Amino acid sequence: MGLLSDPNRRRALINLLTRLNAPICVLCYFAGVCWFMGLAFEPFTLRTYMSENAMGSTMVEERFPSGERALATGREFAAHKKKVGGMPVDWLVKTMQARGLEVFTQSFSRTLPFPDEDKERYIVKGTNVYGILRAPRAARTEALVLSAPCSPGDNNNQAVGLLLGLAHYFRGQIFWAKDIIFLVNEHDLIGMQAWLESYHHTNTTGMDWSPLQGRGGSIQAALSLELSSDVITSLDIVLEGLNGQLPNLDLANLFYAFCQKIGVLCTIQGRLQRNDWDSVSGYSHAVQTMMLMVMKQASGRPWGDHGLFLRYHIEAASIKGINSFRQYKTDITTVGRLLEGMFRKLNNLLERLHQSYFFYLMPSLSHFVSIGYYMPAFGLLAVILLLRALDLWVQFVSPPAVTADGVGDVEQQSSPGALSVLTPLVISHLTGAALYILPTRFQEIAVEHFPVSETEAVVLTAIAVYTAGLALPHNTHRLLSGEGTEQGWRVLKLVAVLYLAILLGCTALINFSLGFILALTLVPVAAFVTPHVPKTLSAVVLVILSPACTLLLSVFFFQELQEMPVSFQDGWLMYLSVISQGILDHHLYGSLVYPLIALMVYPCWLLFWNILFWK
Amino acid sequence: MAASLTLLVIVAVTIRAALYRSSLAEPIAERVEVVSPITAWKRVIEGLALLDLGVSPYSGDVFHETPLIIYLFHFLVDYAEITFMLADVIAAVALYMAVKDFNKQVFRKQKFALEANRYPADCLELIRSPTEMHYIPLKVAMFYLLNPFTILSCVAKSTCGLNNAVLALFVLTTIKGNVLLSAIFLCLATYQSIYPLTLCAPAMLYLMQHQYIPVNPRRASFWWFVVQYLFMYLGSLFVIVCLSFFLLGSWDYLPSVYGFILSVPDLTPNIGLFWYFFAEMFEHFRLFFLCVFQINVFFYTIPLCIKLKDHPVFLMFMQLAVISIFKSYPTVGDTALYLAFLPVWSHLHRFLRNIFLVSCVLLACSALFPVLWHLWIYAGSANSNFYYAITLLFNVAQILLVSDYFYAYLRREHHLTYGLYLKKKDGSEATLVLK
Repeated sequence: MGLLSDPNRRRALINLLTRLNAPICVLCYFAGVCWFMGLAFEPFTLRTYMSENAMGSTMVEERFPSGERALATGREFAAHKKKVGGMPVDWLVKTMQARGLEVFTQSFSRTLPFPDEDKERYIVKGTNVYGILRAPRAARTEALVLSAPCSPGDNNNQAVGLLLGLAHYFRGQIFWAKDIIFLVNEHDLIGMQAWLESYHHTNTTGMDWSPLQGRGGSIQAALSLELSSDVITSLDIVLEGLNGQLPNLDLANLFYAFCQKIGVLCTIQGRLQRNDWDSVSGYSHAVQTMMLMVMKQASGRPWGDHGLFLRYHIEAASIKGINSFRQYKTDITTVGRLLEGMFRKLNNLLERLHQSYFFYLMPSLSHFVSIGYYMPAFGLLAVILLLRALDLWVQFVSPPAVTADGVGDVEQQSSPGALSVLTPLVISHLTGAALYILPTRFQEIAVEHFPVSETEAVVLTAIAVYTAGLALPHNTHRLLSGEGTEQGWRVLKLVAVLYLAILLGCTALINFSLGFILALTLVPVAAFVTPHVPKTLSAVVLVILSPACTLLLSVFFFQELQEMPVSFQDGWLMYLSVISQGILDHHLYGSLVYPLIALMVYPCWLLFWNILFWK
Repeated sequence: MAASLTLLVIVAVTIRAALYRSSLAEPIAERVEVVSPITAWKRVIEGLALLDLGVSPYSGDVFHETPLIIYLFHFLVDYAEITFMLADVIAAVALYMAVKDFNKQVFRKQKFALEANRYPADCLELIRSPTEMHYIPLKVAMFYLLNPFTILSCVAKSTCGLNNAVLALFVLTTIKGNVLLSAIFLCLATYQSIYPLTLCAPAMLYLMQHQYIPVNPRRASFWWFVVQYLFMYLGSLFVIVCLSFFLLGSWDYLPSVYGFILSVPDLTPNIGLFWYFFAEMFEHFRLFFLCVFQINVFFYTIPLCIKLKDHPVFLMFMQLAVISIFKSYPTVGDTALYLAFLPVWSHLHRFLRNIFLVSCVLLACSALFPVLWHLWIYAGSANSNFYYAITLLFNVAQILLVSDYFYAYLRREHHLTYGLYLKKKDGSEATLVLK
């Protein structure tokens, strides 16, 4: 409290902070970036360990024998799928019933707001088939889910086969204390969304689905399986879910522990882990793996069918079989044994997974970075905003000399009208609202008048509105009666900086990666913009660091990380499709990234643009 | 001024009406920051339904509002939205008139002091000018009506809005010097939530000043006035309590309303300090800590009264703040009431030390409440510690805000007596340090 009440010490501190403001800010920025890059360095990370006692020491045996039979079922499934030209509902119902499950179907339909050109779908109709294996051992109040998507083409037939094989095998065991639901969902995430909404009696996205006829207990955990080959070289676990939510780390630990036990190669982000952390290439490998996770999390998309479970407080992950050119192959029986082991451990759970971390980044499957380690990186960036705000405030309160004590203040300058701050604030938010609403609303009109498809119309409208916002400063000034004063832009900047700080803070709490990437680009903008910096150069920098350009750069960066670099032409097309996917994700699954960018981040950036062109 | 006030009221009512019609009204009414177990509209509806069925509304553990509220809404349930908007408008207008009157008195007092040459010569900077004071009442009304906290509270139909209206009327009648009405409104406020009990002291101090009775315990006139006021206050409290008894035909409501407030059985998270402590506590310490926590509200009355006995309106502001921070089920509506008084003390700005820090923290906390709630309840990835950390920060910021204003007020008074530019004995410039 001495700092807060002793005027002399306060004055000294504030003097220090205002005099050294610029160097401290630069230092903080680099410290933040370095801290973040250091996170992937193995000595700074923690080893993963199983926190949940119920899953730790209890030994389970894996005895699943019938991998060949599962593959045969998979081939049968493929044949029926080809014959029906979609989901072979009748065959699935019959097969599941033959394996002794209670089988139900659910039909759903959804008209997308505009055609999805990536997956070539617009009006989606489908059926989910699921079978419930009732728990023989306990009251049926809890359930586990194993799901496999019914994908078009030749994909994932083995996954469905293995699912049915496991169902058959599980049916014969007596130790199940939780209902096990075997779900085959059509149209990947849309079907999953329909099933989950129906299971939990909610309807958040306005989809049509028939109510479920049979339900199990409350779902504790879910695994989603994707297998497209008879043998695999490695198994990949996907954790990133909707809005960057992650399942409890124990689920990843469980997967890792069983892979070690059974001797299957396991990867995260499709990358094996290396042991040479002390070499440059080993470190860069870890950084790339972590950056891939950051980029995927920041996108806010569900990266597998498990992504939607997380919203309902269900820990879920996708397991993907990868078949590459390596020598060492794993057959499907082993994968079945791995899944059996995981389910038996999950079956032992006494309460929901909650012991381990929910906020983490993984530079490799055996190491993780917890929230306490990565938040300082963001904090160092956010503190720049607070320092700038403090600087502005001190200038604003006492222009000639800093006397935090109050004595000796000269009469305050006439404070600028609230109007000069409110107008840009309101106008930029209206632009943001237009960016949010117009693209989907005006697609028909756009299609009528321009030679574009609906999807292109949506994306191009979004880009057009975004660009039109850049013309704002000139127009807001026409609206203002008086000319902007020196104090005016300071107040506006103070408001904008605080707004950005709160916005980024909230974002980083929900989705660290998104918050960090936005902070990385927007904080420098917020720190240096004044009306007195060179206009053209700053304008260029500001545009490059704007949210849209950040997204474009992210697309290239992501491709680079995946070791699939693209030309500018392809990158641009990919950028357009990413925007349309973002808007679709919002409408279909309720992803929050698009509204966040359109309604908050973009208007906030526009405020800084306004300050640059303050007259 | 009347025109701007009317415009303000129209704007405020429009915003509220629009929000009532929007899809936001429902989620807002569910927010724990906005409604408490006492003030939630959902519970009032439940109480009404029980009453209509001929069951005591206090059977079960749902309804905790007072009997008068339930009978009020028995008639007004179809006009609930209008009632709540009206309550806000009444509160704002009452505050407006009260502050206008108060400013007049402040100005008159200052004029007398100036004429009597009581201020040191270098204090002219501290003298308040009528132009500066002219817009204060309007600002007060604006701070109340356009404060997002008030708007949220009104849209959620939290009965906190009604309590605020009663308290505002109490402030108005006290400042106007009407002893009887002041006692009656204070009694109504006490009846609603007990805690305004502590406002007795500032009210009596103010009314005594108003009637030129010296605040001196050795004088008979002092005691005579205290007895008079307490008689009116307790008498109306007695009437109102008995009235409630006759309306319901039972004393059920006493444990269900006041017992509920004092013993804090409902630990639903809110922006207050109680829930987390009492959720974590061993049962046999509960009574002790309950007393410690509840005494907080009442205890500060004594030192504050002694220190601020010449400034009862500021004391009233302090008390309102203390109540809204330390009460057992606080909501943002309570905070909004004392925040509305901040423009009255705008002349203290030069002495405030932490206002920037405090306002940043308050803003950040208000934004973080829903975020952490989401992470805790919906995403399941955070937990109650995260939410309580923000609650704690919010309350620390409020306490800092109030103590900062307290310090600034005392400091200004000090300068008005001893001069603005203090010198040490050796002639160098002195600084005041609070230790």
